[in-house]
Amino acid sequence: MIEIKDVTKLYKVKGKEIVGVKNVSLTIDKGEIFGIVGFSGAGKSSLLRCLNLLEKPTSGEIKIDGISITKLGKKELREERLKIGMIFQHFYLISAKTVFENIAFALKAAGKTKEEITSKTNELLKMVGLEKQKDQYPSQLSGGQKQRVGIARALANDPKVLLCDEATSALDPNTTKSILSLLKSINKKLGITIVLITHEMEVVKEICHRMAIMQDGEIIESGDVYNIFANPEKELTKTFISSVIQMDLPEPLLKNRKGTVIKIQFKGAIAEEAVVSELFQNFSVKGNILHGKIEYIQETPLGIFIMELVGEEAEVKRAISYIEGRIENLEVVKKVA
Amino acid sequence: MLDSILNILPDLNKAFFETLYMVAISLGVSLIVGLPLGIILFVTDKGLLFENVWIKQIAGILVNLIRSVPFIILLVALLPLTQLITGTTIGPTAASVSLSVAAIPFFARLVETSLREIDKGVIEAAVAVGATPWMIIREVLLPEAKPGIVQAITVTAISLLGYSAMAGIVGGGGIGDFAIRFGYYRYDNTIMLTTVILLIVIVQLMQVIGDGAAKAVNKR
Repeated sequence: MIEIKDVTKLYKVKGKEIVGVKNVSLTIDKGEIFGIVGFSGAGKSSLLRCLNLLEKPTSGEIKIDGISITKLGKKELREERLKIGMIFQHFYLISAKTVFENIAFALKAAGKTKEEITSKTNELLKMVGLEKQKDQYPSQLSGGQKQRVGIARALANDPKVLLCDEATSALDPNTTKSILSLLKSINKKLGITIVLITHEMEVVKEICHRMAIMQDGEIIESGDVYNIFANPEKELTKTFISSVIQMDLPEPLLKNRKGTVIKIQFKGAIAEEAVVSELFQNFSVKGNILHGKIEYIQETPLGIFIMELVGEEAEVKRAISYIEGRIENLEVVKKVA
Repeated sequence: MLDSILNILPDLNKAFFETLYMVAISLGVSLIVGLPLGIILFVTDKGLLFENVWIKQIAGILVNLIRSVPFIILLVALLPLTQLITGTTIGPTAASVSLSVAAIPFFARLVETSLREIDKGVIEAAVAVGATPWMIIREVLLPEAKPGIVQAITVTAISLLGYSAMAGIVGGGGIGDFAIRFGYYRYDNTIMLTTVILLIVIVQLMQVIGDGAAKAVNKR
């Protein structure tokens, strides 16, 4: 659906060249929700803005649905943009226009007739749940409602792609949830490809299928969201994940443990209960669960437990190697003194 | 005192309508020419719809050039142009030419400033939607800058009222000219005071109407 090939974007600031995006190549499939994560200044916003040519890449090619948008003329680009919706962190609605007029604006840009505009706008208002607010001005709306108008405007011309530029970063957690579930249902119902950038891992965990992590203009890691959450490779990725799945024990607590402390991670279908109960049946060790959490990512469980094993040293060792045989992710946090 | 005021009433009345006439014509012309010029100054700027360094520079220099010439000099310097356009160099119509020329760049700069206050993101969102530049100007820039533009009209009208006092030089007439001729030159304080008070009232009125209009169109 979206093919990004060797895209580089350089900025000139006071005669100096600053790298925004560096040799990024990425393929985003039709119908998926793809998240790009990174701290501010990582280049994720530049990359996203290259996808509808709000920023022109310095080099490289971007193809959307087989059309090389980096090679389009002004008019063709404008027509192509009708098919690429975009929503923004700060909504960017026209403050002098009502909710209805803001959405209608996008349809007018596509040259629709008055009747088409009215019926489509009403349909969109219904979809985002703003029928009652249609004659209000943006200043009368809450942040979440403003973003809903933004979404309706972005979807007005039945785009193939929806670009989300930190779409929930200015919203409170509850509103974020409702906007995310709206995006999710749009993705399912309309089969639209969504590319979103965010610095909130929570957002990615909630709705993305695949993701990429950006640092200094480059993609340092990418893949299936579940796999990245389960097996992050890069340090930065781990930092991001720990913001969602915080599994560190307080230092004093760890200090007072007499046994060996292990951290085990269960992925997907593994029946964690069985592994643990078998462990206690087969080995004469006592177990003490210190911390445990099961996160659902893409509706697949990812369980993390921190356990203290108390018993004979040799027995504990055997117990650990037994778990290692069953579960690929085991980390000994603290060895017995 | 009342007598002297009553005596000047017919003249003052005439002067009032001359002022109204000059301000109305030159305000009209400055809106028609200054609004597009202000838009040009804005949209040709870096990173905007019609980025064009040359047009931006030429328009900018032209605007600054006219704005830096004192009005009284402009008034005289433009006499040939006035002759060309109106066929005469005296009277309120003739004075309106120089008033318009002075007001156009003034108003254009004010329009540019109010356009500059629009969040760039709003313009960008319109670009991302696939709107044509013309549509963005008409449906985004102008509505968003409307409160600022209304205020710019108020300021321009009030400035024109002030400038119109100098129109007396070319026999333009008007309240300001009346105050200078009858009040100042003839040391008639009553007349001077009356006319000045009249001017104050007019300015206040313009400001109140302008502020009200700006508030009414402001949806922010």
